[in-house]
Amino acid sequence: MGFRKRKGGVKIDDLLQNIQDRFGSKVIKVDKKNQKRAYVDIYPKDIVEFTKYILKDLNLRFNIASAVDDFDAIEILYHFAHDGSGFIISLRAIIEEKEDPHIDTITAVTRSAWWIEREIHELFGVHFNGNSDLRPLLLPDDWPKGVYPLRKNFIVPKRDSRKA
Amino acid sequence: MSHKAHIPIGPYHPLQEEPEFYKLVVEGEKVVDVDVRIGWNHRGIEKISESKSFDQSIFIVERICGICSSSHPITCVQAIEDLAGIPVPERALYIRSIIQELERLHSHLLWAGLAGHFLGYNTIFMWGWKYREPVCDIMETVTGNRQNYAMMKVGGVRRDIEKEHIPYILKRLDELIKQLDMLRGAILDDPVLHARLKGVGILTKEKAIDYAALGPTARASGVDIDVRRDHPYAAYDRLKFDVITRPEGDVFAKVVVRILEMYESISIIRQCLDKLPGGPIDSNPKDIPPGEGIGQAEAPRGECFHYVKSDGTNSPVRHKVRAPTYMNFPTFRETVIGETVSDATIILAAIDPCYCCTERMLIVDPKDKELFGVQELIRLSQEKTMKLKEKMGFR
Repeated sequence: MGFRKRKGGVKIDDLLQNIQDRFGSKVIKVDKKNQKRAYVDIYPKDIVEFTKYILKDLNLRFNIASAVDDFDAIEILYHFAHDGSGFIISLRAIIEEKEDPHIDTITAVTRSAWWIEREIHELFGVHFNGNSDLRPLLLPDDWPKGVYPLRKNFIVPKRDSRKA
Repeated sequence: MSHKAHIPIGPYHPLQEEPEFYKLVVEGEKVVDVDVRIGWNHRGIEKISESKSFDQSIFIVERICGICSSSHPITCVQAIEDLAGIPVPERALYIRSIIQELERLHSHLLWAGLAGHFLGYNTIFMWGWKYREPVCDIMETVTGNRQNYAMMKVGGVRRDIEKEHIPYILKRLDELIKQLDMLRGAILDDPVLHARLKGVGILTKEKAIDYAALGPTARASGVDIDVRRDHPYAAYDRLKFDVITRPEGDVFAKVVVRILEMYESISIIRQCLDKLPGGPIDSNPKDIPPGEGIGQAEAPRGECFHYVKSDGTNSPVRHKVRAPTYMNFPTFRETVIGETVSDATIILAAIDPCYCCTERMLIVDPKDKELFGVQELIRLSQEKTMKLKEKMGFR
């Protein structure tokens, strides 16, 4: 067929097994959704270790991180793509302390997380320990402190059309 | 005392997907540092999407970018299909591939034209934009619109390709191939462009991987990635095409990659039309169950990525959008430092971000007095080409 798979393709099950063997009880749960997608729940404190292993030893590519406000907690999903075999593994770190959420930065492992950590910092109020560049990325300079627009308790203010 | 001057570039222009503001720090001719600030046209689309139904959110993401107006919708519908496990009819998959490749063609032609303009090659600008017209004509014939096609829907596509349109599409593509040959000759066989662009703004393979660069930006640095081949979607696993890579990482390599990719796109569209199966174009899904899904697609600038989470209601709980320029942009810092101001425009343009930003360049001294405006910066770039031409005996 026309589609040429790259050499060195691996199965998603083998890769998940590698992660489980390596980290043991640090893996909370593995949820293989289908042959192309898997979600691995981990503790936030282990994120750097996992990222290093997935990027440097397993040679996956960092797609992006996406934070979700889960009402009780903030969860951050780190998505990694395996381009040789066409699947995505997402690490899910659930941060329980919603008042002042903290997680270690992964920018020391990969520069590609530089902007997204700034973005999550300003939109969700997550502090990335060890990241010295958490300047605002998207919001205007006069945005009020402590207001995080992608949190569920943020209601978009109504615009006063008389002032337009 | 150092004689560093700051060059603010930007901030925004409503036509482009990601308006930015850059501050170049220059010492004489040389760029010594750069800072990028985005968000000038931040519309909060991720937040808006949470208040829309799944069907509406596809229309919202279609309006993220006027150039990739099918890349975001296809990524979004694939994320929702991944979430709910919705099957897509074969014919719809082929139509999706056709739309994606037409979009790539028009985007790359638009880019080639603008890059030519920045270098003082206005003929290339005219040709690039003129030859983009047949692509927009085909889009209008197939989808009803030159831009913002509204073709993608969860479970299929909205409009079918009529049988009588196929000969017309093939005829226009045949014409386009001849025009592309001319454009390729004018760009790739020009010794002045070789001298002007080779070795300029090099992004090494290691840096490209570290920054997770995508699309032509990564492929021109020898990183062999392409979502169409590596994470096949639509009908790409049934089609034959080559992934164009170059090892050099300079601006010229990025030009070569984009030009050769256009030939692959035409070949893909022809294969799709040749193999186009019959049958329905929509599987008419009814409900979106709780869960989460990820969609990926190869936009003209690289991998587009969407994450959608549902709680079983009719609107997403979370909709994360990541455009390719988001990953490619930080590489600008690596490529522009150490280069001259006259090359900054073309290095920036080589990533294929918003050109509008370069159109709003200004050079000011530390007291914020304007030294150069956009026209002067483009003129600087064009003059450099002219001087090179004289030196090489072409004038």
